[in-house]
Amino acid sequence: MRGISGAARAHILCAALCAAVCALPAFSPGAHTPWGTLGLLAALHLICELPGRCRLVGGSVPVGAGSFFPLLLAAAFLLPPSAAVLVAVPGALVGRVERPPAAARRIWRAAQLALTAGAASWTYGFLGGPVTLGGVAGGTLPDFPYALVPVCGTALVFSLVLAALDGAILVTAERVALGRAWRGLVSRSVGPHLVHALAGLMMAVLWRSSYGPLSALVVLLPMYISCWVFAQYHRRHAAHRNTIRALVQAVDIKDGYTRGHSERVGRASELIARELGMEESRMEALRFAGILHDVGKLGVPTRVLRKDGPLTPEERRVIELHPEYGHEIVRGIGFLDEARAAILHHHERLDGSGYPYGLAGDRIPEFARVVAVADAFDAMTSTRSYRPGRPVPAAVEELRRCAGSQFDPRMVRALACALDRHGWSAAANTVTSDEGRTGLPRQRADVRPPASGPADRPGRPR
Amino acid sequence: MTRPVHPSPAVLAIRGAALVLAVVALAHTLWNGVVEPGHALAFGVLVTVGELARWGALPGEREPAPLGAAGALAYALLGRSGGQDTAHGVLQVVTVVVAAQLLASVPHVARGSGPGADQAARRVLAVAFAALCFQPLHHSGRSERWFGEGPYFALFLLVLLVLTSLCDVVLAAATAGTSRPFGPRLRDELRALSGIGPAVGATGAVMALGVAVVGLWALPVLCVPLLLTQVSFRRYAAVRTTYRQTIASLARSTEIAGYTPHGHARRVADLATAVGRELGLPGPELTVLEYAALMHDIGQLSLVDPVADGATTALPAAEQRRIALLGGAVVRLTGVDPAVAAVVEQQADPYRDQQTSARIVRAVNAYDDLCGEGVKGSLRALEQLRLGTGHDYQPQVVEALARVLARGGLTRAGTG
Repeated sequence: MRGISGAARAHILCAALCAAVCALPAFSPGAHTPWGTLGLLAALHLICELPGRCRLVGGSVPVGAGSFFPLLLAAAFLLPPSAAVLVAVPGALVGRVERPPAAARRIWRAAQLALTAGAASWTYGFLGGPVTLGGVAGGTLPDFPYALVPVCGTALVFSLVLAALDGAILVTAERVALGRAWRGLVSRSVGPHLVHALAGLMMAVLWRSSYGPLSALVVLLPMYISCWVFAQYHRRHAAHRNTIRALVQAVDIKDGYTRGHSERVGRASELIARELGMEESRMEALRFAGILHDVGKLGVPTRVLRKDGPLTPEERRVIELHPEYGHEIVRGIGFLDEARAAILHHHERLDGSGYPYGLAGDRIPEFARVVAVADAFDAMTSTRSYRPGRPVPAAVEELRRCAGSQFDPRMVRALACALDRHGWSAAANTVTSDEGRTGLPRQRADVRPPASGPADRPGRPR
Repeated sequence: MTRPVHPSPAVLAIRGAALVLAVVALAHTLWNGVVEPGHALAFGVLVTVGELARWGALPGEREPAPLGAAGALAYALLGRSGGQDTAHGVLQVVTVVVAAQLLASVPHVARGSGPGADQAARRVLAVAFAALCFQPLHHSGRSERWFGEGPYFALFLLVLLVLTSLCDVVLAAATAGTSRPFGPRLRDELRALSGIGPAVGATGAVMALGVAVVGLWALPVLCVPLLLTQVSFRRYAAVRTTYRQTIASLARSTEIAGYTPHGHARRVADLATAVGRELGLPGPELTVLEYAALMHDIGQLSLVDPVADGATTALPAAEQRRIALLGGAVVRLTGVDPAVAAVVEQQADPYRDQQTSARIVRAVNAYDDLCGEGVKGSLRALEQLRLGTGHDYQPQVVEALARVLARGGLTRAGTG
């Protein structure tokens, strides 16, 4: 448990102790704990967690570790609180952890899931849920639709407890600020938990019915497949973002000059979009527009891009074709949509003297006006081999001076406000990818390039 | 779903059988009236709503209306409700499903995009099959004598569902295009079964059991997880589409940069996939092959001056290998399967050091380069490849390429 702060250690220990205390009544002689049901459910949870450990399928983890909640909710419906606490423990203790320290994370997850399941089970009992399940033993039918009421209450408590514990560990272990730790945790998870609770309810009902545990298992199958597909979706989504970056890396092969520039323009564009109050999906599109704005440089001959010294008018004309090349390259990518216009028009000027079409004023698409400001801002503040970067206030002053003639004043104002609020550190922004940047190895004929490594020194390649 | 212009006899037979069945069932139900109208209505509404979810289905989606399918299966396998035996028969099941499909197709037809006749026919026949296996046994009391009302009964329903999905697979293979023999089509359909199919089957079984225990309230409760599954699948399919588009754009970048001739990457990808099919590569490997073929030239971006027509075949071997390695490094950054990068890296190696996909990419790329040189036609290019089979190209791959070219037809790349 090295490398963990004292507060986090105390927190984990405290949670584990609480869970243990909650589980104690199950072992008292007169408790009538249904060990058979408990054992079966715990074994099931263990089985659900195991694929994550297995190296063979490690690449395609079916479910986010410890997130197989329908089973836990079914356990909360079927078992008394002291027994429900125990269901998640074996699975959580052997489950997969993404990062070290593994032991501390496993213990924490076991304690967290145990406490959550216990709280859910207690709530369900408090709301009078167990009698509504019916069952062969009592010879009664389930009491629908009333059975849905305690289930909804339980799902709510489940969500709240889980979020509270999640936020607490973020504060103590990851040192997230108090105000930010709980933001969005409950509102994001309450919907899915309600669906999980409905599946858990059907599982519990079938478990108690004459058809037995086997039929209850079948309820899990659609949920399991759904979780699996969802995990696949996230993997593919991440892969897609990498591919977009690879497009930019392809430009870097030709012109190592602008390394990191694309990502920073993407970030600056996003800052402006946030300041303008754009909705989430457009903001993401705008970030992609910023990242991809120079992708058309792929079409410019490498000799011209890497040329030292002044360009001839002929070469300048060739370079000025890059917005159109860029538009052509991303033409096939359906979701970019508005971003494509930004790539085509990011060198237009407000007074109509830009290229490629010489559009003026409002005829320039909004996205393009944003990217133009972000592009100019980063070009001024970043350090190039032939000159140091300007300080941020000087760059903003320069943008203000050109607002109206070259840039849209609204975008310049938005950028200035955003910079005042969030600041801008070029150094922090050189490593921008959230997956951790993998540098493109400089090529050598006889050496197989490593799959990944630290980013190369920015500068001009040979 | 492209429908062949002239449906084969098998397709016609399936459509005819479904039509006859539907008419007989409707007539029978009209004549005798509906047994337990409450249940018929509830399941009818469920199937209708489920079928309406075809709205926004992506082309080629495996099961665009999972809720409709699950609801129909559940009605076919329903023997009890809230502890009481039900009395509906096979023909009433078919009637409800047909009526629901007709009702749900109204908005589609109004929009001018009806659900394919084949899909509707498949649904009717598969449901009729399930009902035919179950309802007579239930009504004669045999299922209760054999399996009781306990765990064995649940197992029996699951077995029936497996049989039904196999029946559906055979029907799907029979109705899927006529360009290829039945065997491979059946294999493809069986492979495709691993997607949303089990979720639909499981929900169908659980709905039947759930209604048996708690009555009709089980239906809305059980719909929710399946709807969630459908949404997940849709989102996954959408992100997969944009991913393919982005990969294709990355592949086109060498063309725009002037390193390779127009359409080269796409041509190599299509031809390589066709050769891969010819050599019997399984689905996932075909996808790797397609991506690798699309991006095989990425490494050329590192050249200061483009090679004439992008034909790296003429370069010295060491230079070719350097370009291949650099291309592999870029491909690794894209986050595709690392196998793709491995294929790209290997493409300049002699064929004995290569894996099958790399052999195919190398041969097809050389073929396209040689064809592009203008004077040489397809035959001369193949001749050139055959001369290189000692070291560079694997003879089997070149022969497979020759066969694909001789047929003259490129089949579209797989959807994996």
